[in-house]
Amino acid sequence: MSADLTTTSAADLSRALQAGDLSSAEVTRAYLDRIAADDGELGAYLHVDAEAAVTSAEAVDAARAAGEELGPLAGVPLALKDVVVTAGVPTTSGSRILEGWRPPYDATLAAKLKAAGTVLLGKTNMDEFAMGSSTENSAYQVTRNPWDRDRIPGGSSGGSSAAVAGGLAPWSIGTDTGGSIRQPAALTGLVGHKPTYGSVSRYGLVAFSSSLDQAGPMARTVLDAALLHEAIAGHDAHDSTSIDCPVPVLAEAARRGAEGELAGLTVGVVRELGGEGHTDGYEDGVLDRFSAAVALLESMGAEVREVSCPAFDLALPAYYLIAPSEASSNLARFDGVRYGLRVGDDGSRDLDEVMALTREQGFGPEVKRRIILGTYALSAGYYDAYYGQAQKVRTLITRDFTSAWDDVDVLVSPTSPTVAWSIGARVDDPIAMYAADLCTLPASLAGVPAISVPCGLSEGLPVGFQIMAPALADDRCYRVAAALEAAQDAARGHRLLDELGAKENTAS
Amino acid sequence: MSTDTLVEYGELLTRYEPVIGLETHVELGTASKMFCGCSTTFGAEPNTQTCPVCLGLPGSLPAANAAAIEATIRIGLALGCRIATWSRFARKNYFYPDIPKGFQTSQYDEPLCTAGHLDVEVEGETYRVEIERVHLEEDTGKNLHVGGSTGRIHGADHSLVDYNRAGIPLVEIVTRPIPGAGAKAPEVAKAYVTELREILLALGVSEVRMEQGNLRCDVNTSLAPIGSLEWGTRTETKNVNSLRSVERSVRFEMRRQAAVLDAAERVVQETRHFHEDTGSTSSGRSKEEATDYRYFPEPDLVPIAPDEAWVEELRAGLPELPAARRTRLSDEWGISPTEMAWLVNAGAVELVSDTVAAGASPGDARKWWLGELARRANDAGTDLTELAVTPAQVAELIGLISAGTINDQLARQALDGVLAGEGDPSAVVEARGLAVMGDSDELVAAVDAAIEGNPDVADKVRGGKVQAIGALVGAVMKTTRGKADAATVKRMLEERLISS
Repeated sequence: MSADLTTTSAADLSRALQAGDLSSAEVTRAYLDRIAADDGELGAYLHVDAEAAVTSAEAVDAARAAGEELGPLAGVPLALKDVVVTAGVPTTSGSRILEGWRPPYDATLAAKLKAAGTVLLGKTNMDEFAMGSSTENSAYQVTRNPWDRDRIPGGSSGGSSAAVAGGLAPWSIGTDTGGSIRQPAALTGLVGHKPTYGSVSRYGLVAFSSSLDQAGPMARTVLDAALLHEAIAGHDAHDSTSIDCPVPVLAEAARRGAEGELAGLTVGVVRELGGEGHTDGYEDGVLDRFSAAVALLESMGAEVREVSCPAFDLALPAYYLIAPSEASSNLARFDGVRYGLRVGDDGSRDLDEVMALTREQGFGPEVKRRIILGTYALSAGYYDAYYGQAQKVRTLITRDFTSAWDDVDVLVSPTSPTVAWSIGARVDDPIAMYAADLCTLPASLAGVPAISVPCGLSEGLPVGFQIMAPALADDRCYRVAAALEAAQDAARGHRLLDELGAKENTAS
Repeated sequence: MSTDTLVEYGELLTRYEPVIGLETHVELGTASKMFCGCSTTFGAEPNTQTCPVCLGLPGSLPAANAAAIEATIRIGLALGCRIATWSRFARKNYFYPDIPKGFQTSQYDEPLCTAGHLDVEVEGETYRVEIERVHLEEDTGKNLHVGGSTGRIHGADHSLVDYNRAGIPLVEIVTRPIPGAGAKAPEVAKAYVTELREILLALGVSEVRMEQGNLRCDVNTSLAPIGSLEWGTRTETKNVNSLRSVERSVRFEMRRQAAVLDAAERVVQETRHFHEDTGSTSSGRSKEEATDYRYFPEPDLVPIAPDEAWVEELRAGLPELPAARRTRLSDEWGISPTEMAWLVNAGAVELVSDTVAAGASPGDARKWWLGELARRANDAGTDLTELAVTPAQVAELIGLISAGTINDQLARQALDGVLAGEGDPSAVVEARGLAVMGDSDELVAAVDAAIEGNPDVADKVRGGKVQAIGALVGAVMKTTRGKADAATVKRMLEERLISS
């Protein structure tokens, strides 16, 4: 273990820490040094407490030295998207309205990661309340894509994707409501997995859209993602929608998948997501890389067939009714009464005025847009036409998935129709921004698991490959993703992310 | 306060018919809140019984209290409701500081229980009150307005919010409109709440202490000309918090609305506030400009699908309900249905039953609760249950009378002491020196003094005019301030004046 600590996989870090070849303080400092050097430009983090990170790293080292029984993740540093509530550590969800709030409790997944001995490096930037696909909706700062610093890192978990791709964290937790883990992972050359809805506790995630939100891992390798996923999964009595079933065996699925044997697996290519007659808005480079990856799966023994899921065409409008509707209600609690920002309370205004001013100044334009949209969709007289209809579409999408599972084991598509775009290119065109979620929305609406794994570069920028599986069959996503990753790495002779390192070295 | 014109009650009934309806909120007596583990104990320091969930902190999520769901289903079963096989919570969205999430988690179009009924009796006549729905929701916090003279928001300097109450399980029981009660509408309203309260007590699901806000009523009242095919516009009187107030609020609204209609004006559909002090209502927020609550199914909670076998188990486990109990008690106590109805109307069945259980005879217990105690409650303007005397204390009082320790008159004085918080009856009798005098020296002296002080009367008695002895008994009772036993005094006087 030496200078390349910040490009080493988390699995390797874990092995070295357990073997005593590396101390947690050492690896934590290496990351803190990278953050200090590069985050000023990259803008991945909203909050870093170097002292606290080193202190907890040293505590893990001391415990290990004392011979205490530690879990495999003990001492591995980590970044959390700022939507995850952390006791005593600022949590803003990318919004001014929560500026300065230090929560009195830990999210269930934060508590699990703390108990596992991971070291919190900091909280990462995000689109305000996770509403966006570029992280440009953050109330605080722009985050840059390490592959091209004039481009966006995807969103809403763009701080997490930039941090991990840029070597500022070995891995990170993101959240995905309509694609917010998978799309930024795709655009930065990472692996990102949205677990089955209900398999990771939502307790302590600042809610955007309750029926869609899921937290999941963002990592440099499929195995890393599986290890981190296993650490946060499991039933939680604090989350009524949490599924009461055993923690899935994912790392094992990733290891088995890496052996590259896919005989007996049937892969369905979704026609409606970039297939014939549905290529509008998809970049040729993306479709090429996607087709090449499908061919690679076939070469490993998988049977490939095209599957039609007609209702997927309706996913975008359905999502943009359901998510804003739930958000309009979830964000009602930000009224300036109990915590966070309060504006105009100078004794001259009544309660309603203070609430209105607080929300006027505390929320950004995209959040307001969605609150208004959702409020409208839930209004008396409009409910059936909007929210009600959208829920029916959701049922249709779920049915398309269900009938697909009769014929195939997994469904695949590009993760994003395009590679990372230039900062500012879509800020004035919300519809173009929303279209970035085209491929990721169906799995969100149906609650099924979906992973994005890199499948090469187009014009020097990463392209993501999405693998969707039936509910609770997250292991299939990891198995197929690992097979694809291994085959590509073997063909390439190195990991895709190594090209980013090479690029940076050339640039400097 | 009120400047409303009112029509005489008897007079309005010659022209108008009322329709009433009630929405009753009951705080369940579960140990923990509806969606978190916080305590529900009443009266704790403000904001000490709170957590991220009931404060609605970002990221927190609800987890439904199974005991509250069970209690709601039992209430539904006791009211003869259909129990849903599929029920969901819904969000009722509105902004107010006492709802921490910006919405109240309630139920909307998929309540736990629907289509029940409750029969109530008023003056020997039975009225069937149809129950539209019974649903489960969470209570709000409490606002405290500081700095004004009235404790209301207007004129207040600032407001404080106590979230201890936020998230306490609240069951809402909604009746269908109740037509046809005519002149008895106010009594039917009161009888309904009384009977509902008895049922809730029998089920043991709530303490139903109205003064602590465990049970709160919103009373809908409308009037229409007699014979009219359409019902009138209703008003909703909020937070009517005693049985007596339920009756008074209906009566007041009928009188007020009659005056409005007499003047050929329109009754405004609105929320009204009831004022305990004047028995009047005043206009609150107008429903016509009410907010759109934008109800939608609560995505943070999974639907409730009560298992049929479990529901049947709950049904089989219901306690004896008050109506059946009254029939049984009527038999046991040997009283007629009409006499039982008096007890029910006075809200005294449980009190009498508990008093009997504490050792008093049914006759004595009834006599005290319907007589002296009812008079005291009436004088104080409260309900019987709110009197500061327990059935056990009443039984003790009756026991003291039976034992001859005190007589009825002294017992009333002892009751004064109990109501004044001086302790149990025996303690009051002791402290106030109320015990009946026996053959004591004091009494002998009083008897002798009466004879000496009234020689003429004494002579009459000695001369055979035995009935004149009453005047001497009266004199003795006067000097002993009622503490003597009249029969004993008479016997002592006879011993002295009439040679046997």
